[in-house]
Amino acid sequence: MAYTIVGKSVPRVDAVAKVTGKAKYTDDFFERDMLVGKVLRSPYAHALVKHIDTTKAKELPGVKAVLTYHDVPQIRFATAGHPFNLDPSHQDKADRLILTDKARFVGDAVAAVVAMDELIAEEALRLIEVEYEELEALLTPEAAMKEGAPLIHEDCPHNILSDRGFWMGNLEEAFLAADTMVEGEYETSMVQHCHLENHISYAYVDAHDRIVIVTSTQIPHIVRRIVGQALGIPWGRVRVIKPYVGGGFGAKQDACLEPLTAAMTLAVGGQPVKLNYSREECMIDTRRRHDFKFKMKSALTKDGKILGMHIQAISNTGAYASHGHSIAGAGGSKFRYLYAIPAIKYEPKTVYTNLPVAGAMRGYGSPQMVYALECHIEDIAKKLNLDPIEIRQKNLIEIGHVDPLSQNKIMSSGIRECIDKGKALIRWEAKKEGYRQQMGDKRRGLGMAAFSYASGTHPVGLEIAGARIVLNQDGSVQLQIGATEIGQGSDTVFAQMVAEVLGLPMDRVHVVSEQDTDLTPFDTGAYASRQTYISGMAVKKAAEEIKAKILDFTWGMTDIPAHALDLKGQNVVYKHSGEVVIPLEDVALSTYYDTVFAQPITSDVSNNARVNAVPYGVTFAEVEVDLKTGKIEILEIYNVHDSGTIVNPLMAEGQVHGGVSMGIGYALSEQLLFDPKTGKPLNNNLLDYKLPTIMDTPEIGVAFVETHEPTGSFGVKSLGEPPALSPAPAIRNAVLDATGVAFNQLPMNPQRVFEKLKQAGLI
Amino acid sequence: MRKKIAMTVNGKVESFEVDVRDSLLEVLRNTLGYTGVKKGCGVGECGACSVLIDGVPIDSCIYLAVWADGKTILTIEGVAQDGELSPVQQAFVDKGAVQCGFCTPGLVLTTTALAESGQEYTKDELKRELSGHFCRCTGYQNIFKAAEKAIETCRHDGSCGNHHPADHHHDQEKQEGSE
Ligand code: FES
Ligand code: FES
Repeated sequence: MAYTIVGKSVPRVDAVAKVTGKAKYTDDFFERDMLVGKVLRSPYAHALVKHIDTTKAKELPGVKAVLTYHDVPQIRFATAGHPFNLDPSHQDKADRLILTDKARFVGDAVAAVVAMDELIAEEALRLIEVEYEELEALLTPEAAMKEGAPLIHEDCPHNILSDRGFWMGNLEEAFLAADTMVEGEYETSMVQHCHLENHISYAYVDAHDRIVIVTSTQIPHIVRRIVGQALGIPWGRVRVIKPYVGGGFGAKQDACLEPLTAAMTLAVGGQPVKLNYSREECMIDTRRRHDFKFKMKSALTKDGKILGMHIQAISNTGAYASHGHSIAGAGGSKFRYLYAIPAIKYEPKTVYTNLPVAGAMRGYGSPQMVYALECHIEDIAKKLNLDPIEIRQKNLIEIGHVDPLSQNKIMSSGIRECIDKGKALIRWEAKKEGYRQQMGDKRRGLGMAAFSYASGTHPVGLEIAGARIVLNQDGSVQLQIGATEIGQGSDTVFAQMVAEVLGLPMDRVHVVSEQDTDLTPFDTGAYASRQTYISGMAVKKAAEEIKAKILDFTWGMTDIPAHALDLKGQNVVYKHSGEVVIPLEDVALSTYYDTVFAQPITSDVSNNARVNAVPYGVTFAEVEVDLKTGKIEILEIYNVHDSGTIVNPLMAEGQVHGGVSMGIGYALSEQLLFDPKTGKPLNNNLLDYKLPTIMDTPEIGVAFVETHEPTGSFGVKSLGEPPALSPAPAIRNAVLDATGVAFNQLPMNPQRVFEKLKQAGLI
Repeated sequence: MRKKIAMTVNGKVESFEVDVRDSLLEVLRNTLGYTGVKKGCGVGECGACSVLIDGVPIDSCIYLAVWADGKTILTIEGVAQDGELSPVQQAFVDKGAVQCGFCTPGLVLTTTALAESGQEYTKDELKRELSGHFCRCTGYQNIFKAAEKAIETCRHDGSCGNHHPADHHHDQEKQEGSE
C-alpha cells in the first residue's frame, strides 16, 4: 500500500532538541532546596542485618534523615514492570522491602541517607554502624538448589522461584520415531544494559499532599502503581513524570529507585530529594540479563525434520524475583513460531542466588533461547551432514500456523525471503567454496541464525494503550500518548501515523514527549517491542476519530456529506477528485469560535489489543579467527528483518544497528564478573566491563523484507528487541565453520577461545 | 576551599566562585545551567560529558573547574549559531545518528573539533578519534556516517562556525582524558 509519510525516513521529532542540548532528562531539572539521597549497601552477599546504629550519622550536620528497614513500610512488593493482574495467582512475586533486613547480594540496600549534598551524604553512610550475621553465599543456581542450602527467601523451597514450563505434542512418541537424536548444552552469560543515562529519580510532596516523582523510566503508569503498593498509599496519590530518557533496554522497565525516592521525600517532610545512581551502582543494583544454562535433546528424521525437542533450562535470577518468573516463560514461547516442531517439552527452573537482580533486558529471555536453539540446530546439521540453511528451511513454520498454546496465528511471514536475502548479501555460496581448505593461523567461516519473536505480550499480558489528539486553532494537532520514548523513536513513528491519517506534514503534528500520569492517557509503556504495534493501534484509532469529527464538522459548514470528503495537504478535499473544499485551518478555527456550532475537536481513545504479530529475521556473519590470539574479527555481518511495514527506514536501520552491536557485545566481550567466593562485583564499571566501542564495531548491514501484517496498523510488526536476538549464535556458528570447534558458552572472548582452541589441538 | 575563577562559556564571560573540589562538569551543569553536558559515569569512561576547552575535547567530569580558569569553553548549547544548526548538528540529524540522545552532545562536540581542525581523516583515524565515546543505542554506524559527512562538508565550505581557532591537540589530550 502506498502511504505519504508512513514509510519515509523523516527526521526524528526530537533530533533537534537532542543535538542542541535542549532535551531535558531527569537530572536536568532543578528544584529549590533539593536534597541528595544515598544508599548504604551490604558488603556481604548473604547476611542478616542484626543491628543498625544510625545515631552518629543522624548527628552529622547537614544530614536530614537516615532510613533503615525499621523506617520503611513493612509491605512486600514486586518491582517488575508488568500490567497489574486482577487475578492474585498471576501477580508478580512480591519479595522486596524498600530497605532490607537481610542482604541478599553484595550491594543490597540496607540503609539510606538524605543530606544537603553528596559529600555529606557519603560521609553519613560511613557513620552508619551495621552488625551483620553472615550466611552461606549461594553464588550459582546449582549451589542454591542443593539439598540443605539456606533459603534466600523463606517461602521458596530449594530457592526455586518458578519452574513453570510447558509441553505440547507427544515427545515420547517423537523420540521413539526418531532416526537420530542430537543433544547439546549451551550457556549464556550475565550482561548489563549499560544505557548511557544511569538510573535516576527525584521526588517531592506537592501542595496537595501528593507525591510527585520525576524519573528515568520506561513505565510511568506502572511505577505509579508500584510506588502506591510499596508505600501502602492510594495509587492516585502518586504522580509520575517521565522526561527524556537516555536509554533503558529493559533496565528501566522495573521500579528500581522510585519507591525508595518516595520514601526519602516522605522522611524529610516532602522536601525534594534526588537519588542518582553512579555507574557502579547502576551496574549492580538495577537489573542485568539472566544467565541461562540449557540442555537440549532433539529427535530427528535422517533428512533433518525435527520431530521433537526436549529443552531444560536453568535461569539465574539473582537476589529478587523482578521479572525472573516470566522471562524463562517468554523465552520458551517466542521461539515456537520459527520451526514447526510437533512435540516440545520445556522445563525451565528460575533460581534465586546471592547475585545482583536479573530482570528485563532487550529480548526478555529470547537472546538466551535463540542462542541455544540456533547453536543446537547448527550442531544437528553438522551431525546429520546437512546444509545448515537447508535444515532450517525444511522446518520453518508457514503462514496460517496457530500456536497450540498461545493461540497466536501467523498472519504474515517473510522468514524465507529473509534467509534468501541474507545469503545473497553475504555471498554465501561463493565464500563457502573459497573457505573449503584453510590452513594457517587465520581461519575464516560463515554462520547464520534465525529467530521469531512477538509484538507485545498477548495473551500473557494485558495490552492496553491510550492516545489523545487535540485539533488546534491553526489546523495543527497535539498528540499525547502514554507510550514512552526512550530513544527507540516511538514519538516519531506515532507522529508519522497521525500525519498520514490526517493528511498533515510532520511539522503540524506536535508530539508531547513527556509522560505524566496525571495528564497522559494510560499505557503500560516501553517493553516487549510493543509500542509501534500496540500503541500504534491506539494512535491510529485516535487519528481516525479526529478525522471523522473534522469531516462531520465540515459537513455542517459546507453541506457536503462527510463520506464524500477526505483530508489532504492541510485541506478538506473531495474524496473522489482531491479538489479542495476548504482549508483545514478554516475548519479548525470554526470549531473553536463559530458562535453557534463551536465545539473544539479532540479524541481520547484506548485500545485493548488481543492479537500478537510475529516478526522474523536472520543474522548472517563472516568471521576471521586468529588462532594465535583467540581473537574473533567480524568481517561482515547482516541482519535481515521482517517487521511488517517499516514506518521509518532510517530509524529502523538505526534500531537494527544498535541491536546488532549489543548482540556482538553479547557474543564476544561483555560479561559481568563476580568473585566466586564472596560474590563481590569485579567489573561494574565501563572500563573493566567490555562494552563495544566504535573500534570494536564492524560495519553492520541491514535489510528489510517488508510484509504486510493484517493485524498491525499500517501493516507493522515489532522491531525494537529483535535485532539483538540472532547475532550471537550466528557468530558462534561462523566460528564453528572456521575452526570446527563448537563454542557453547558466551562470551567468546579471546581467552576462552584461545583455551578451547588449544584443547581442541588447533594450536 | 573556594576560589574565584573566570572563563568564557559559549562566548559569554563568566566569573564566579567554585569549591576547588568541583569538577568542570558540576560547575557547568549546576552553577551555570548548561545541562546539555551529560554525565554517564563521572570518572572519564564514557565521553558523555565532553566539552571543548580551547577547542580540545575533554571529559569535563575529570577536569577540575579551577583548571578552566581563563579558558574558553564550548558546550553543546553554544554550537548552534543564531538558532541555526551547525553542519555537524545537521549531519547528526540527517544521518539518523541520534537515538536516546544521551551520548549526542559529547559526540557532536568531538566531531566539531575534528571538523574545525580542517584535517582529513581516514576511516580508521576517524574511528579512533571518536572512540572515547560510548553509545549503546546506535552501534555507532550512523554516528560515524554523520561525522564523515560533517567533516567533509566543513572541508568544502570551510564553514564550521570556527568556534575556537585555537590549535588542536585533541588527539592526544582526548585519549588522556577518556582512557
Ligand atoms: S561522565 Fe563519563 S566520561 Fe565524564
Ligand atoms: S544515542 Fe543513546 S547512547 Fe548514543
